[in-house]
Amino acid sequence: MKAGVLALQGAFREHREVLHALGFDAIEVRTAKQLLSLDALLLPGGESTTMTHLLRTSGMHAHLTDALRDGLPTLGTCAGLILMAKEVLDGREDQIPLGVADVTVRRNAYGRQRDSFEANLSVKGLLGGTFPGVFIRAPVIERVGPMVEVLAEHDGLPVLARQGSLWFSTFHPEISGDLRIHEAFLKEAEV
Amino acid sequence: MTDERSIGTARVKRGLAEMLRGGVIMDVVDPEQARIAEDAGATAVMALERVPSDIRRDGGVARMSDPAMIEGIKAVVTIPVMAKCRIGHFAEAQVLESLGVDFIDESEVLTPADEAHHVDKWGFTPPFVCGATNLGEALRRISEGAALIRSKGEAGTGNIVEAVRHLRSILGDIKKITVAEDEELYAWAKNLQAPIDLVREVAERGELPVPMFCAGGIATPSDASLVMQLGAQAVFVGSGIFKSSDPALMARAIVEATTHYADPEVVAKVSRGLGDAMRGLELAAIETTFADRGW
Repeated sequence: MKAGVLALQGAFREHREVLHALGFDAIEVRTAKQLLSLDALLLPGGESTTMTHLLRTSGMHAHLTDALRDGLPTLGTCAGLILMAKEVLDGREDQIPLGVADVTVRRNAYGRQRDSFEANLSVKGLLGGTFPGVFIRAPVIERVGPMVEVLAEHDGLPVLARQGSLWFSTFHPEISGDLRIHEAFLKEAEV
Repeated sequence: MTDERSIGTARVKRGLAEMLRGGVIMDVVDPEQARIAEDAGATAVMALERVPSDIRRDGGVARMSDPAMIEGIKAVVTIPVMAKCRIGHFAEAQVLESLGVDFIDESEVLTPADEAHHVDKWGFTPPFVCGATNLGEALRRISEGAALIRSKGEAGTGNIVEAVRHLRSILGDIKKITVAEDEELYAWAKNLQAPIDLVREVAERGELPVPMFCAGGIATPSDASLVMQLGAQAVFVGSGIFKSSDPALMARAIVEATTHYADPEVVAKVSRGLGDAMRGLELAAIETTFADRGW
């Protein structure tokens, strides 16, 4: 399987390390060409405004949208989720998301960095106890469409969900030291 | 809101530093500059009253910025806002914490407040970034709770030579430690004046336990590419943007060059027609070496 991590900015290294620990190699994706022939893609945490800007300047925005629409299995975390969303609130005016995941997200919804937090999460279908959720200037999913299946909630709000081959979280499994969410995502991507 | 949560943990602090990797953090002195920085794709802004080259020119005591000025910048951008306190000035750090600043820079660019102690950073909710010129200094700052290290370089000079020296020193020593025998690590700890546990951790990981960015002298897209290739994980640009002839263009170019640092064609493309970079200073011509501040 050929996996890629969008490496324009953010915690792309951590996703690669998780994949490596699970026995997969992943390439760093910075151009539209590198998107070709991928079997799975990870959209990391980072600054969504920066990534959106760089998607535009690198000419990748449309290619990435098409790839996700065409069913490329993709896991987006935090800023990665913001990129995937249909609607983004409290973003910049020029922050055009890829619009593939039928959710509405609000950026920095918990507040500033002082409100960033850790919390244990019960994740549907995950064996071995709760999952350590790390929320950093995290967004909130305020609306989910009918095709979206919520896999975990915190304070009554969805924090991990999927829509077919698209998985997305408001928290950062890539820096939690727990491989299970990546493992579950990759297991399905392989089929 | 009832589910349990823990704030201000080391994981959460280092996590924000990790999210800033591969990006550019820009010094800004007013809301207008902050907007230009965010428009250009900055991952964060550093709110301060004067950029380092002006602090250098003006002389006198440089202190924490006016809270009203920091709040003005917070109000116009959606990206994280950082601000500087003086070395050892924990009261300024407390003020910045109360303002909701996302990252506190305990910075040698400001005039130090304590000649022996840095701020005890563990007790604060926001993460701290500190400068370092060598591995020992980096590990001492991490032992005090820094969540991010930046190589110091020499701020306000537009001269990359010190940044390169510091990066090579830190990364060179890390390389040596990874091949040292276990019993040699005690001598390393003694010589670096750093805790043995952190020295062991570096030996095992082959890198610092927190991210390392580069600051102090970056003035062009190629400068950013150079330090990223040397091993910096992101860059701070102080005077280099708003002391250039076309700040918006320079800001955008440095952002592109930081992401595509390994692709000379992209660096060449964004380097065309930028106008004048900041004028810059020879190190021999400066009176105060900021990098020597900190202990």
